[in-house]
Amino acid sequence: MGMIGKLSAAALLAGAAASAVFWVATRPERLPAAIVSELGAGDAGRGERIFWAGGCTSCHAAPKSEGEARLQLPGGAELNTPFGVFVPPNISQDPVDGIGGWTVEDFANAMMRGVSPEGEHYYPAFPYTSYARMKPQDVADLYAYMKTLPATPGAAADHRLGFPFTVRRGLGLWKLLYLSDEPVVDFPAGAPDLVLAGRYLAEGPGHCGECHTPRDMLGGAEKARWLSGAAAAEGEGIVPNITPGEGGLKWSASEIADYLETGFTPEFDSVGGAMVEVQKNMAKLPQEDRDAIAAYLKAIPPHPNGYPAWQPAAN
Amino acid sequence: MRNLLLAICGLAFATSAVFADPIADRQALMKANGKAMGSIAPIVKGEKDFDAALVMDALTKLAEDAQKMDPAVLWPVGSETGGDTTSAPAIWEDPAAFQAAIDKFKADTAAAVAAAPADLDALKVQFGAVASNCGGCHEKFRIKKG
Ligand code: HEC
Ligand code: HEC
Ligand code: HEC
Repeated sequence: MGMIGKLSAAALLAGAAASAVFWVATRPERLPAAIVSELGAGDAGRGERIFWAGGCTSCHAAPKSEGEARLQLPGGAELNTPFGVFVPPNISQDPVDGIGGWTVEDFANAMMRGVSPEGEHYYPAFPYTSYARMKPQDVADLYAYMKTLPATPGAAADHRLGFPFTVRRGLGLWKLLYLSDEPVVDFPAGAPDLVLAGRYLAEGPGHCGECHTPRDMLGGAEKARWLSGAAAAEGEGIVPNITPGEGGLKWSASEIADYLETGFTPEFDSVGGAMVEVQKNMAKLPQEDRDAIAAYLKAIPPHPNGYPAWQPAAN
Repeated sequence: MRNLLLAICGLAFATSAVFADPIADRQALMKANGKAMGSIAPIVKGEKDFDAALVMDALTKLAEDAQKMDPAVLWPVGSETGGDTTSAPAIWEDPAAFQAAIDKFKADTAAAVAAAPADLDALKVQFGAVASNCGGCHEKFRIKKG
């Protein structure tokens, strides 16, 4: 979004907040009946693949837990962002502290529309902006798989946010601007199936864009610079450009797939930072999924780096 | 004459100590780690035949490099920034955790040498244990700066 765009979006927010229109425009939108009817009976076996592709443990597992304990999903990690500290909640099968009492429709509304069973908006720190692009069947399979996971008692702490971010209703406008279930990259008719399968995994469950795409003033992904890299949302440093553009990935498709499987770059440098968790999850997918994501990354529009050039410290 | 030579040598030694470049040194050490891993990876992937001598060379090299990772020498205070370092501030903010990551790397590489893997299956186990140290340490102690 250009400067004018940013200013008018800000003005829109300010103006709308003051009007009655605000109340209507910000109403949480639940899934239409047509999509709900597509949910169908989930298959837990297939759902496990979606669970790893979606990286749920990266945020909802207990911090520092290893092995089987990663599946307990009590939440409690802390995501430090410019808007405040978000604490992912308990999404285990506990009926009180977790989501054990939810229907598949409740679950799909959370994942694909960012709406809670009580009808409130979720914060996009829960990457439903990407999960919105998931197939209803995959969401139902994921639900079925999560039903096989343990019930872990204990509620996670509350988010620590400052006003106005404490007002969930305000997210309705934000969602009007940024929530879409349409694919981001438009490929011409006849694009290889592998590339389209990769698009689905990367833009949907894999939520690669949440970290690798720069954000505008309101915290929305700048789709015109999709996957071109960004300043890290948490802490210091950058998230690299993974388009084929200037400063971006120069690896072959098989080198990209290898990195997602083993964590080693073609030069045998090793994966680091927030990508470590993502890579561990990618390693659990079938090879064809990693090949699909690699094919997609080779096919997307090239962009120069989406973050400012680094100024080496003078010393 | 001889004294003069000695003096020059001494001077050269002193200046090299003063101008020691810990950032370049630790990056060279890390590149060597990468090279050693890269030499055995094709065997692990089944692209190359198992070669016991090559495997032991690489594992020994990694164990030696691990021994050289002394934070006081390679990550001294004052080398937090400069050059194209990608070392994270966490190294100096939480030195105990960094030392623990180094100690784990030392232990796992020494165990791999001691295990002296004699076939592909044995190598896979040791390779996996050593490799988990790379990402494990880079997760917290390294940041990309672009
Ligand atoms: C980047 C971090 C992140 C990832 C990855 C993530 N979540 Fe979450 N999730 C959150 C946060 C933060 C919230 C709280 C949102 C809020 O309070 O508005 C949340 C909330 C939820 C909720 C609502 C829980 C409730 O009690 O209302 C569900 C359900 C959920 N996540 C499921 C998932 C599933 C399933 C996955 C994997 C496919 C996943 N999440 C991946 C961060 C994440
Ligand atoms: C939680 C944030 C996050 C998410 C989600 C994420 N990445 Fe990353 N990614 C990173 C960071 C940080 C790095 C830099 C890693 C490092 O420091 O070694 C990175 C590095 C990479 C690299 C290597 C780039 C290079 O030049 O070294 C590739 C390839 C990559 N990511 C692909 C993906 C794909 C594909 C997805 C989606 C399936 C994805 N990432 C999702 C944060 C993320
Ligand atoms: C105890 C922590 C630690 C361990 C273990 C570790 N690294 Fe590193 N590595 C670092 C740090 C810190 C840097 C950043 C160095 C700098 O630029 O100052 C780095 C940088 C690198 C680099 C880039 C060097 C350059 O030229 O900039 C490579 C390649 C690398 N590591 C490979 C590996 C491999 C392969 C392994 C496993 C065999 C490994 N590392 C294990 C901490 C570690």
